[in-house]
Amino acid sequence: MKQSVADRAWSRHTGRQRWVRFASLLAVAAAAGWSLTSIDIIWPWVWDAPAQIGDLFKRMVPPDVSAIRAITWALIETLNIATIATFFAVFLSLPVAYISAQNTTPNRATLWLGRFILVSSRSVNTLIWALLFVAIFGPGVLAGIVAIMFRSLGFLGKLMGEAIEEIDRRPVEALEATGASRAKVILYAIVPQVVPTFFAVSILRWDINLRESTVLGLVGAGGIGVILQGAIDMLDWRTVATILLAIIVLVIAGEALAAWLRKKVI
Amino acid sequence: MLRISRLVKRYGNGEPVLKDLDLEVPGESVVSIIGASGAGKSTLLRCINRLVEPTSGSILLNDLELTTLKRENLRKARRRIGMIFQGFNLVDRLTVMENVQCGRLGYIPYWRAALRRYPAEDIERAFQLMERVGIAHYANKRADELSGGERQRVGVVRALMQDPDILLADEPTASLDPVTSRQIMELLQRLANELHLPVLINIHNVSEAKEFTQRIVGMRFGRIIFDGKPDDLDQDAMDSVYSGTSEDKKASAPDTDKVAT
Amino acid sequence: MSSNTTTATTPRQWRKAPFIANPWLRWGLLIGFAIYAAWAITTLPFDWARISEGMERAARIFGGAFPPNFDRGGLLLKGFLESLQIAILSTLLGLALSVPIAFMAARNIAPLPIYLLGRILIIVARSFHPVIVAILFVKAVGFGPVAGILTLTIYSIGFVAKMLAERIEEIDWGQVEALRSTGTGTFTVLQFGVLPQIMPRQIGLSIYQLDSNLRASAVVGIVGAGGIGSTLMNAFGRYDYDFALAITLVIIAVILVSEAISGRIRKNIW
Repeated sequence: MKQSVADRAWSRHTGRQRWVRFASLLAVAAAAGWSLTSIDIIWPWVWDAPAQIGDLFKRMVPPDVSAIRAITWALIETLNIATIATFFAVFLSLPVAYISAQNTTPNRATLWLGRFILVSSRSVNTLIWALLFVAIFGPGVLAGIVAIMFRSLGFLGKLMGEAIEEIDRRPVEALEATGASRAKVILYAIVPQVVPTFFAVSILRWDINLRESTVLGLVGAGGIGVILQGAIDMLDWRTVATILLAIIVLVIAGEALAAWLRKKVI
Repeated sequence: MLRISRLVKRYGNGEPVLKDLDLEVPGESVVSIIGASGAGKSTLLRCINRLVEPTSGSILLNDLELTTLKRENLRKARRRIGMIFQGFNLVDRLTVMENVQCGRLGYIPYWRAALRRYPAEDIERAFQLMERVGIAHYANKRADELSGGERQRVGVVRALMQDPDILLADEPTASLDPVTSRQIMELLQRLANELHLPVLINIHNVSEAKEFTQRIVGMRFGRIIFDGKPDDLDQDAMDSVYSGTSEDKKASAPDTDKVAT
Repeated sequence: MSSNTTTATTPRQWRKAPFIANPWLRWGLLIGFAIYAAWAITTLPFDWARISEGMERAARIFGGAFPPNFDRGGLLLKGFLESLQIAILSTLLGLALSVPIAFMAARNIAPLPIYLLGRILIIVARSFHPVIVAILFVKAVGFGPVAGILTLTIYSIGFVAKMLAERIEEIDWGQVEALRSTGTGTFTVLQFGVLPQIMPRQIGLSIYQLDSNLRASAVVGIVGAGGIGSTLMNAFGRYDYDFALAITLVIIAVILVSEAISGRIRKNIW
């Protein structure tokens, strides 16, 4: 763009930039307008919502701690679901990661199989998996564990697969040159390189799974969600408040533990 | 005794990288291979242990035909071919001892490798070799804590742990400073004499090649165009190998040789 | 193997140094974990009869689910549009609320009491899974998209305000001081000294959050907060497994597409 000396009108953005900004703003406004006008909302309810929410909160204080034993037990169950499911998912994810990494997969068919497993596991939410497994195994912890395993598999497999794709190829070449078998090359040249990622993503996923385990009970798959749902159905709001506080404690403690472990291990 | 005859390597449908190459290396000699980047030095070395698959031709090591070996037999043959790399190719997160024991991976059962329960004689031999090159006190250090020269010594010991019939060294000194680089070359020369091994060294630095080896092979465009004693490598021979570029320029040029990494 | 007899007569030993040097701690952790694992697994109420029965049920569900049934495409589309509307509105609302909360929760800008309040808001918003928030809002304001919008607004605050607060804490103070030295008022300083520095991050976060909210809206619908999740839940409740599968497949497709689009846009901006 040629600028003449006399052309001194200053503008912050070039024409194209201004146009892009304007168009983006317009698009956002249009999206908001469309959503607001066409959404199926009963507006009087919306205006009433703050009062209703305030009312709900009022009914929650003071928290009722009489069910604290049951709540503690449910917390432990939640922790168990998250831990057991993460533990198994981590090991199941390793072969999937191996076949879905471009540089280790045996052939194209296995590559696509691996990718299919990752995508289907990752795209279906834990709660939808839980719905399915509650229908299969019946309500309970088992359905929750399996649901979390299925969801974690894709997450862990994807991140581990990416770690495998990013390894340094040179030690692999060197070990192949010594006449080591494929299994030994994996053990000595690939495993040590992905161990840090392995621990990091396992801890990260455990933390996420702890949060997800708190809601499994809402579809009947065990953990603290079961008694939360029960208390809500009984309209026992003061117990609900205690359960919510317990969940905050669990989640924050889990996050702290995860952060500590990450520092220790890596 | 290594005998290569009519070796051809072609990537895809392009110009062959190695063209009907013949080379004979009798036992106990140190041969350096010189040549410009892209002359095919690295490919030649990698054809010998089949990290690169030769297109045609024959490679005989102690009367064993290497080019037709499959799976298990190829692994058995590779156990006897030690290789030293430009980038050392160590496993950074493993200790020096584990890296050194990688040279025995082809010999020991899987459970020993997995549990790091190496046979006592392998450990003893590793300590002896590490003492020989001066890194025994690092046995429990992680490989990435070592300096470049020390790392290359680990690479040398790893190759020697294989109990090799031949050593291949692909630009072993190109990543090192001049002093360390001379130390490594000296080490290779002495080890070859002590262990009665033929050693093939790809090298950029022609003065090091002249100083530390008894025979120099010059490659250009996939062919051997010089083969003789270091004293025979005069300016004319140099010019034909490097086609006009001076020795100093070549020796100090940054390494752009595309190795199969 | 070695002919060198002048060195050690007995072979030297080598063991890999253990991961945790202190043996008490090492074995303690190992045994502790083993005991925990054994105990945790025994607490699981495995009902093998129920599980074997479940296999038949699984066969029936999958049998009923294939082939997926797209006949009620209109219902599906309606559910999706509602999810999209929920995602858009909650993202906008969440972003609008996130900016002040992020300033409150930035230690370098807010005074201590306000900082603590901001942090507590963020922690509470982050600690609750959106489904829990949704179930409370459903109770408070009834079934439907309003509960969904409120839920995802809180969900957005938990993430966007946190990231934004961190970004504000990292800003270059030189620019702010330069403006202050010219005698500018506080809000003008925020507008010209701070906002330009956090804007690129803010746009990237917004797009990311829209994508997350779209995903999450499929889930919070399961407890009645509107959108495609509610459609899915209804189909499941009525044993319309073929329609449920169709919905799930479309959810997967939409998530993949939205992930690709948001990734693309963020790569261009960030």
